[in-house]
Parts: sequence; structure tokens; C-alpha cells
Amino acid sequence: MTPSKGKITGVNGNMISVLFDGAVCQNEVAYAQLDDETRLMCEVVRVRDTIADLQVFEDTAGIKVGQTVEFAGELLSVELGPGLLTQVFDGLQNPLPRLAEQCGFFLQRGMYLNALPTDTKWAFTPKVKKGDTVAAGDTIGTVPEGIFEHRIMVPFDWTGEYTVESVAEAGDRTVEETVATLADAQGAKREVRMLQRWPVKIPIRAYAERLRPEEPLVTKVRIVDTFFPVARGGTYCIPGPFGAGKTVLQQITSRHADVDIVIVAACGERAGEVVETLREFPDLTDPRTGKSLMERTVIICNTSSMPVAAREASVYTAVTLAEYYRQMGLHVLLLADSTSRWAQALREMSGRLEEIPGEEAFPAYLESVIASFYERGGVVRLRDGATGSVTIGGTVSPAGGNFDEPVTQSTLKVVGAFHGLSRARSDARRYPAIDPLDSWSKYPSVVSEDCIRRARDILRAGAEVGQMMKVVGEEGTSMDDFVLFLKSEYLDDVYLQQDAYDPVDGASAADRQQHVFDVIFGVLNSALSFQDKAAARRFFHQLAQTTKDWNRADMKDESFATLQKKIESMIAEAQDHA
Amino acid sequence: MRRVYHRVEKIAGNVITLRADGVQYGELAEVASRAGTSLAQVIRLDGETVSLQVFAGTRGVATDAGVRFLGHLMQAPFSDALLGRVFTGSARPRDKGPALSDNMINIGGPSVNPAKRIIPRNMVRTGIPMIDVFNTLVESQKLPIFARAGEPYNALLARIALQAEVDVILLGGMGLKHDDYLTFRDTLDESGALSRSVMFVHTAADPVVECLLVPDISLAVAEQFALQGKRVLVLLTDMTNFADAMKEIAITMEQVPSNRGYPGDLYSQLAARYEKAVDFDTAGSITILAATTMPGDDVTHPVPDNTGYITEGQFYLRNGRIEPFGSLSRLKQQVNGDTRADHRTIMNTMIQLYAGYKETLEKRSMGFRMSEWDDKLIKYGDRFEKEMMDLSVNIPLERALDLGWEILADCFEPMETGIPSKLLDQFWPKSKVKE
Repeated sequence: MTPSKGKITGVNGNMISVLFDGAVCQNEVAYAQLDDETRLMCEVVRVRDTIADLQVFEDTAGIKVGQTVEFAGELLSVELGPGLLTQVFDGLQNPLPRLAEQCGFFLQRGMYLNALPTDTKWAFTPKVKKGDTVAAGDTIGTVPEGIFEHRIMVPFDWTGEYTVESVAEAGDRTVEETVATLADAQGAKREVRMLQRWPVKIPIRAYAERLRPEEPLVTKVRIVDTFFPVARGGTYCIPGPFGAGKTVLQQITSRHADVDIVIVAACGERAGEVVETLREFPDLTDPRTGKSLMERTVIICNTSSMPVAAREASVYTAVTLAEYYRQMGLHVLLLADSTSRWAQALREMSGRLEEIPGEEAFPAYLESVIASFYERGGVVRLRDGATGSVTIGGTVSPAGGNFDEPVTQSTLKVVGAFHGLSRARSDARRYPAIDPLDSWSKYPSVVSEDCIRRARDILRAGAEVGQMMKVVGEEGTSMDDFVLFLKSEYLDDVYLQQDAYDPVDGASAADRQQHVFDVIFGVLNSALSFQDKAAARRFFHQLAQTTKDWNRADMKDESFATLQKKIESMIAEAQDHA
Repeated sequence: MRRVYHRVEKIAGNVITLRADGVQYGELAEVASRAGTSLAQVIRLDGETVSLQVFAGTRGVATDAGVRFLGHLMQAPFSDALLGRVFTGSARPRDKGPALSDNMINIGGPSVNPAKRIIPRNMVRTGIPMIDVFNTLVESQKLPIFARAGEPYNALLARIALQAEVDVILLGGMGLKHDDYLTFRDTLDESGALSRSVMFVHTAADPVVECLLVPDISLAVAEQFALQGKRVLVLLTDMTNFADAMKEIAITMEQVPSNRGYPGDLYSQLAARYEKAVDFDTAGSITILAATTMPGDDVTHPVPDNTGYITEGQFYLRNGRIEPFGSLSRLKQQVNGDTRADHRTIMNTMIQLYAGYKETLEKRSMGFRMSEWDDKLIKYGDRFEKEMMDLSVNIPLERALDLGWEILADCFEPMETGIPSKLLDQFWPKSKVKE
């Protein structure tokens, strides 16, 4: 099939209508040719009779009726191969630093660069020999990419089994050189290169089976790991009003999360946030490997002022890269910030297509699109027995901070954990502002289920007492209730809240969480008695102060043990009153 | 010679429709009619049918009006001759100076490559404790002021503009009352800042389409100054009027409204403007302060809501004071670690205690007995409001931090504040340590 051509018949915002001849397919990529030779990338979103409507991934100013559009004959695809790590791409996988070298300060439309450098040589080591039988996703050889062994695999869309005809010897190769020749059952030969292309909107399925996510993914944020844990291969969402700390929470996670690779998809958010990651990560050390954090990071960045249509593409680009590294038996975390912006991009296009609007003018297919995106997360067992996972964490920015809106609700239906941020908590500077009463998780915690249940009961009961006290006052509250309230406040103060800017308190490893939780759980369970409420308040003030100092003490330091003793003796003293 | 079209087929709202060929999307045209000549911009192409929004409005535009396409997109003049001048939204002089037409630049240009941005690192000192201490303003930040109509947001903008150390001030006025415009101009003039200012002003009496151009033209000019290495402060007031102008055009164009009549791309449109705030790798910077009035004092209204998601924080102006709750500078962490060791602690502690004070007030208003702790909070809250929050307070950051410790020491025992013991030893006023 030769790619079709067409002529532009209309322009409306970032949508163009094209009269085409021949055949086009839904979601096919096309290029609009401007007078000054600029080619603008677009994607077919609707076909009606001989008119195709295309969304343009660029600013449409200057387009004229009658200009030519060339269809490319393939769906929107990304390049997969060694050299993806440490890079910064836009939503269409253009490397931004190299774009800056060519175009200067501003993004120039119509500039499309190769995602992977074609001149870099990679040290290839073959892992198969002539005569071996392989199938899609099987490893042909490996190249070292930073701290990882990057697998060169049989392209994922090749069906059936192949026999290895020849394989390249160990040595330096570029991504475009042939590393192996395979023959299918009929004897037809096909060449494997290090670089393969994959359409972003189709999940990679070259694995043996999907497993249930069970292993905790430690983020070193106490309220997450202990109370609302995330599992490797799981999905979670962070809805919250603006300024509640969604992005900060994601940034912290991208630094400390216990995974092999982190893919940050900045989708329709501020450029400044990406810049922080971009400029700081190269200098930060990953405690797991001792290397720079950037070596395990890929940034996909389609910020709010960049073209809207590419925003939708950016989350798919990100998840495709995540799946690619999962195929190597690695654990990948994809952080998407924010999925609402992507949903808004869908809404803008739906409006231009004059589709019948659903709730809040979002298109009716919003729910199924969100569901199929989160379903791309998961743990898989590969054909060689190794397991890999893609964990997806998406922020949601609900209009007016109201969780009843369509994007939040569609997301909640499909994720395994919900970290709802609350305006009340962020106003009170209780960070991270995850609401401990509303949030939930279906994944296993780093501490035992029973303790968590008990601790949550205390939080809930404490909050009820707090509410009641607003009505009946402190004097109308019984001493027992008042102590319960103080205990829940104490748990909130010293465990749920965490000072992200303190080097020790900012990242609490799983073993430390278990240790600290035990001690604090002890406090919650001890029967304390006081002379009066003022005394109780004073006691908890002091206890919280000491516990916070303890949180800031390194576990290896002497002060850690000293402060723990101090806490325990304070408790013992308060129990003596009884 | 460019062809002149004489047959307007449809006039609706501020949009006219005619048949023409070879027209670019976004191209400018001149519409000459009995009412005078106005610029217009192409906003939709459908076959040969071209829709244009007329900057001066369609009142008086005849069906036989002459429409001449200019072959280029919207442009603005740029040179140092702009300084000290006042223009309309379509770059015609509003003062008595000459029209400028040399060195034209395109407006609404492409966005900055994120790879060429740097992490903001310079604090902008304003002398207002509620900003300097609690929500530090940072060079290249984009920050709106959320206020009800009637709050002194324009006065606050003007004061920040005068006290901030910047090279160029750009004022973009949208739907500004004429007397507000005069106040701005006179304030800048009196302090001698007018010579480093450029104003693009659309007043409430001007055609609504020109309002749409104000942010783009102001920011395009700001960008050029920044590329010359200058630190530019852009003041936009009021962005809600800008959003309303967009709504008006969208409805005229029969777009499907998404939320309270605003177009579905409100977020993207606002973001395209705010994201012009930048600290360039090897050149100057643009800082944006924008007033956003909240209709009905409702922050969940689409304009403040979308703005809040785009900008790097917000200042709430309520009863003539910057509210500590809700107000936020997301970039403050970039700079407040290097000012003074106690800056962050004072910032957090004082707000936490002020939150306690608010709760106590609620309790008191319901008639509950005040505990010893409540009395302390009330004493603290009163002083905090009087000595820190009042907008007339004008002191440098260091003095404000010292004042913070004094207030705390007058009201509380050291350990009641929850401040780490190390800092207490260093900063708690020694004379105030009680026996």
C-alpha cells in the first residue's frame, strides 16, 4: 500500500480537515506541508467519507487551504533501543537538549529529530547462536547501557517462531546496524537491528503471563508505605486541588522509589518542574547504585504551553518506554503528572470534532481511555522466567478540587491505591497532605495489617472526637476521649507528616518505618493518665517534640538510641500516674 | 497588490465571515468600513469560507466592507523607544507619542525549550513580610493575586513593581477602569519608574477583542527585553477579563462550552501566556504577576481554578491583607534555604500557630471556655495580624524574621512552638527565656 496524499480543506484551532485519495487509517500519522517547506506532524482522529480530520501536533498558524498533506502509512510510533535512559524527550520523542542545540531558546515547529543518536556505538554481546529458535521479545544479545544490561530483543510485533540464521559477533555497533538475521517457518529472512519502532497506543504483550502485584514498592514516604502502600506493578492516583503538593510528592517519589527505572511524564504541567528534575538529578546520587539518579531516569516533557495534541501522545510515549524496559526484566515506575491535562486535551479535540459532550464536556469515551491506560501497568513473567513490572502513578487535578468530577472518578475505578490530597491538610502545612481518612490502598503494607487497622481506627476516632470538641468544647469532652484525640494528633504529627526537606526525615526506609512504627504503636496502645487536660496537652507537646527530633536522627547515630530511650521513659512515667 | 474582498457574508458578535482564497490560518487583515479601519485576525478556515475576529468590534461594519489580507501574523514593534510609552492592545499609541512600526516581532511565538531553562535562584525582595517571609517571590516566577473585586490588588501590584529590583516593567491592562489606568501611570511616573516601563492598556471601554491581544503583546515584548539580558517584571491585570473575552469569542464561534460557558481550552490558553515566565540559560528573565478577580469570591470558579493549577502558587488578597492560608509560593524553597537558617522554621511555625489561633477564635465565638493554651494563641494571633500581616508593614526580610522570634517569645514557652531544639538554642531571644 503506498501512502496516500491529500489537500487541506479547513483549519480550526489545532484540527485540520483533509480531502484525501487512496486509503488512510485511523490514528495514522501524516505531515502537512507548508509554503516554507515546514512539515507539521498530525494524526488522523476521524474519517468521514473522503474527508479526514487530523489533529496537528504543532501550532497551526500559517496553514492555508489547498496545501498538501502526506500520509506516512504508520501509526504514531516511538524508537526503542539503547540510549533512551538519561534523555529528555518531548511528547513525540524529540530529544529536547539536541533540539536546543539546533534551534536555540525556542521550540521550532516542524523540527523532528531521531530519538536515539545514530552515531553512538554500543558494545554488543550475542546471547544466541545460529540454529537457535526465538520468538518476539526474546533476547538476541545485550549491550551495557549505564548500570543496566540492555537487552536487544526480537521485535515485539513479529509473530510466530524464528530460527537464527546468523548473529553479529561481539563488538561495537550503532543502533541501525543489523545484529542478527532470522528466518521464519517459510524460510523468509528478516533482519534484527538494535533499534525497533513500536506504535505507542498499543500495549507490548511479548511476555508469558501477567501476575498479581504483591511486592511492596517502597517510596520512603511513611504515610504511603505504611498506610496506603503501592505495589510493584500496581497503579495509584494522587488527586488533589492545586497547591496541595501533588507534584512535590511525585518528585520525592521519583528520587527515592525502590525501582530500577523511573520515567517521568510531565504532561501539560509547568516547565519549571521539569527543569528542577532536569538540573538536579544529574548531581543527585542514587543510594541503590551509587551512580547519578539521571542514569535511571527518562523524562518525557510536554509542558502546558507546548502543543496540546502532543500532550495526549506524551503519556503513551512514556508508557511504551516503560513497557520496553519491563521486557528486560526491570522494575519501572511511571509517574504521570497530570492525567487531567491529558483528559483536557481529549476534551479540546472532542469539542473541535463537535462530538456530543458528556459530563463537563468531556467525551463519552474518557473512561475507557483512562482505564486502558492504567491497565498497561502490571507485573509480568517473561518467557525466560524473569519478572518485570510497570507501576503507574498518575496525579489528577480536579476542577475546583472536587473529587466528584469525571477524570477523578474514572481513575478511581481502575487504580489499586488512592492518595487523596486535601486542601485542609495542606493549609495546615501537614505534609504530605494525603488525607488519612479518605485514602485507601489494596496493596500490602510494610507493617502488619492488624496494626494498620488499629492505627487507622485511632485516627478515625480521634477525628470524631475533634469534630465533637468543636461543638461541645474541651470541657465537655471526657478525659479518655481527649487522650484519644491527642494520640491521633500525635500519630499524625510524628508519623503521617514528614519533613521532605530534612535529609534524614525526608526518606524513611522500610526497616526504619517498621522500627519507628512499633515504638509509636506502643505509645498509642499504652494507657496514659493525667491530672488534667492541660497536663495531657503539655505531655503530648513534649513527646511530639522529642519524637520529631528522633525522626531527624540517623539510625546509625548514637542520638537515635538516646532519643528512643527518652521517648520510652516518658511513656513509662505517664503510665506510672495510673 | 493584495486583493480587497468586498462581500461579507455573515456578521455575528465580533466575528465576520467571507469567501476568500489563499488565506493563512492566523493571518491579519484590515477591515475598512464606515466605522473606520480595524485589524482583524483569521480564526477559522473552512474551504473558501474565512472567519475573522475584528479587533475594534463589528459595530458599523457593512456587508460591503473592504477586507484586505496582510499576509502576516499579528506583530508588534520592538525597540527601546517603547520605554515610557502607553499603547492599546493592538499596539496603537494611547499616549501622544508617535506610532512605532520598525523592527516588528511576531507575537504569541513558540514556547521556550525546557532544556534551555534554569532553576530560578534569585529572591525578589518586596519588603512585605507576608511575601518575603512566608511566600517568597522568586525571579521568573508566575504568580497570580486572587482577590474579590474591590480588593486593592492593583495597588499591591504597583507597590511590588516599584520595590522589586527589575530592569523593565511591563503592564498589560485588560478591561482596566480608566481611573485605575491613570493611577498606575501616575504611580510609576511619580517614582520615576515610568522611563523603564511599557504599558499595553485595554480599558473597559475598548473593543473586547483587543483585550485578547494584551497578554500576548506584553509578553512578546517582555521576551525580547529578556533575550537582551534584562530582568523583566510583567504585571497583568485582570486575567479574568481576558478569560471572559475568550469566552465571548468561543460562544460566538459556537464552540461547545465546557465549564460555566468557558471554552474547553481555557487551561491551555492561560498556560500558553503564564508559561512565558522564564529564567533563560544565558540571558535575562521574565517574572509574571497577574491579578485574577474571583467572581463571587469563589476560588473554584474556572478562571482562578485553572490559573491555580498553572501558576507557581498564588496570593490571596482578602480584607486588604495577604491571607496566609491558601497563599503559596511554590518556588520559595529554591531561595529560602539560603537566606537565614531560621527562615523556613519561622515560616512554618508561625503559620501553624496562626492556624491554631483561627481554631481558637471559632471556639470562642461558640462560647467555649478558653484554656490557658487558647489564651496564648489569641495573644499571638492578634500580634501576628497587626505586626506581620498588615500590608502597610514595610521591613526587610531579616528584620521580619527577628520580629517573628520576638512575637513567639512573648507568647509561648520554647517547647510549645515545636521548633527543633537546635534552632531554639540559637535564635530564641535570650532575654525572654522565662524561669
